[in-house]
Amino acid sequence: MTAELGHFATLLAFFVALLQVVVPLVGAGRNQAGWMAAAIPMAISQFILVGFAFVMLTIAFVTSDFSVRLVAANSHSLKPMLYKVSGVWGNHEGSMLLWILILSFYGALVAWFGQNLPDRLKARVLSVQAMIAVAFLAFMIFTSNPFERLEFPPIDGNDLNPLLQDPGLAFHPPFLYLGYVGLSMSFSFAIAALIEGRVDAAWARWVRPWTLLAWINLTIGIALGSWWAYYELGWGGWWFWDPVENASFMPWLIAGALLHSSIVVEKRDTLKSWTILLAILAFSFSLIGTFIVRSGVITSVHAFANDPERGVFILAILTVAIGGALSLYALRARALRTTSAFSVVSRESGLVLNNLLLVVATAVVFCGTIWPLVAEITTGRKLSIGAPFFDMVFTPFMVAIAMALPIGAILPWKRANLRRAMQPLWGVLALSVALGALVWAMQTGGRMLAPVGIALAVWLILGAFAELGSRAKLGKVNFSETWRRLRNLPRSDWGKSVAHAGLGLTIFGIASITAWEVEDIRVANFGDRFTVGEYEFVFNGVTQSNGKNYSVDRGHFTAFKDGIAVAELRPEKRFYPVQNMPTTEAAINQSLTRDLYIALGDKQDDGGYAVRTYIKPFANWLWIGAIVMALGGALSLTDRRYRVAATVRKNPDGIPAE
Amino acid sequence: MIRILLLLIVIATPIWAVEPDEILADPVMEARARVISKGLRCLVCRNENIDSSNAGIAKDLRVLVRERLVTGDTNDQVIAHIVDRYGEYVLLKPQFRLGNLVPWLIGPILLLLGFFLAVKFITRPRPEAVANLSKEEEKRLRDLLGE
Repeated sequence: MTAELGHFATLLAFFVALLQVVVPLVGAGRNQAGWMAAAIPMAISQFILVGFAFVMLTIAFVTSDFSVRLVAANSHSLKPMLYKVSGVWGNHEGSMLLWILILSFYGALVAWFGQNLPDRLKARVLSVQAMIAVAFLAFMIFTSNPFERLEFPPIDGNDLNPLLQDPGLAFHPPFLYLGYVGLSMSFSFAIAALIEGRVDAAWARWVRPWTLLAWINLTIGIALGSWWAYYELGWGGWWFWDPVENASFMPWLIAGALLHSSIVVEKRDTLKSWTILLAILAFSFSLIGTFIVRSGVITSVHAFANDPERGVFILAILTVAIGGALSLYALRARALRTTSAFSVVSRESGLVLNNLLLVVATAVVFCGTIWPLVAEITTGRKLSIGAPFFDMVFTPFMVAIAMALPIGAILPWKRANLRRAMQPLWGVLALSVALGALVWAMQTGGRMLAPVGIALAVWLILGAFAELGSRAKLGKVNFSETWRRLRNLPRSDWGKSVAHAGLGLTIFGIASITAWEVEDIRVANFGDRFTVGEYEFVFNGVTQSNGKNYSVDRGHFTAFKDGIAVAELRPEKRFYPVQNMPTTEAAINQSLTRDLYIALGDKQDDGGYAVRTYIKPFANWLWIGAIVMALGGALSLTDRRYRVAATVRKNPDGIPAE
Repeated sequence: MIRILLLLIVIATPIWAVEPDEILADPVMEARARVISKGLRCLVCRNENIDSSNAGIAKDLRVLVRERLVTGDTNDQVIAHIVDRYGEYVLLKPQFRLGNLVPWLIGPILLLLGFFLAVKFITRPRPEAVANLSKEEEKRLRDLLGE
């Protein structure tokens, strides 16, 4: 029964969403309070219905109901519980249901917590949100029904490849979707504002938390995916510029731009139509990402839904949503008048530069991602665009952003004196250039990557501290006064500095791992000692044993540094007899200063084993930086003004914008 | 998201990325081979270079690259040789030529264009939302301020 109940709930949710599109929108146009208010119970019941469907599907997975086609194809009765649950979204149909669940969850959040939103805006936001829900519910019901039954259920399921059952992989999609779909809120707010013809500081203050929330989740989702790739795939690679990685990276970049431009709208009442455009673009890239992943149109390692029917459906959604939004924008954007101006040297200009660099960088990634497809369709040429291209054309943008960031962040609003504003930063600048020069002098090769990367990382991290210090008048007033000032800084200021420092940490990790990685490939015999970088490894032999459903050759290595044993590493070569599959499981010894990474290869004719060893310096800072960025976002999200802001528009004498 | 296919490739083929027996004795030449390999696509893989791929054809290409290097080819000659045999599809970084100008130049062009528009926006004539004070108002203001 569960599958039928779930299916029925999705159908009901579809009709509720249809009502939710029409009723509040008409109500807002005719100024009928009752019609507008109807959006609230509709949004909540839509969420409850989709949530119910999701629970029904989860029950089918947990109880291993193999009469449901999806469960039979993707689960197994002996699979651990965590992976039975994560199996719900580890496939096309289930992941679409998760997508819609999160979409309706955001809608319900507006309904629950949006008491302070003006009725008309809220009605329109929820109506636009429901339009997206209608499109995707239709997509799911007509092309990807997760509740389909099998006439002859199998005795047991197909199972998921054991290697895919991984905690990193279990939580990666929900975070990513919370991010992707969270941008639908910014989109709905933008469309509602265009219909209304009004964008002001209050609007920006309502939109920003949603964008922040989406961005935080995207950051975590992307970091999880990258981390998983690092320990599970390839040879410790952490980013492959795969089309599907790019699909999540592009909304992240645009959301970053949107976060910053909405500050300008909020504080300075300018860049309004640009911010609206970014909000539309951010969600457009989410839709494009969904299209890329779900249609399999761009050949990629992720393409597991090679179904043209689905691709065409999403393409239609994409065209209507993006085309419609941009047309509305073209019609109405002129109505958004700007009231304030700013000088060339000002925080506003810094944020414009930030937006320019992020948006053009996104365009470069987008173009590189789809160009092979475009070229093949238009000229029939088959070409590839991969990591070497992206590294080359994308990196300059990140370097430019990192160079400008601390200066832009410390400039005052409206009109700044560059020399005065730079005062707290001169020392930081000198120190980071000096450190970069030191790194350059110490390394033997001529590559600029490490010196530039380290200098930029130091510049960002210390620059963030310097900004906090200057705001607290560090060194100019006594310590207790500085402490008091620091404590009284708004959370959003703390969030800003923390997030910027996090970017610095990530750049540090990327530069270190890319420039200083040491690799060693060799045949090792039992008892061999070999040196890789500063470490010495001893190969203590291979033991054989049996796992649950595999046999395993386990290599035993001891790593020494300066004659002292620092780590035991046990890379594995497994063989799954049922599926006749050999696999390799690398051993990684992690620390804050380096990762030791060993993979065991084939046995050679002379009795030795192929062994691959890497020293990856400061690798973990890459992900620590991402977590710190997300933390900064979370700090900013808890800022007081988002909790009290809502009263501002209703009460013109309320708290003025800071 | 899920690199199922890549994993399947990893799993399905027992061959490893660069294997010890492929490595050239001359470390300089081996380093050149690695650089070249990282820019060449494994033809049967999804977005993977031949250096890290486990596929059989990737191994063949790695060996071919090293053979050409040993016979005295420059890096460019090796790459040209492989492009002749397998087409430009094998290049992970497309050649900088007429048909590929769009991905190469879109960044600089958009950046210049955007920079121009941004400067134009910032330095545009101010839409003076708050009108300037009239002569009398300015006089009154000075009086009020006690000047």
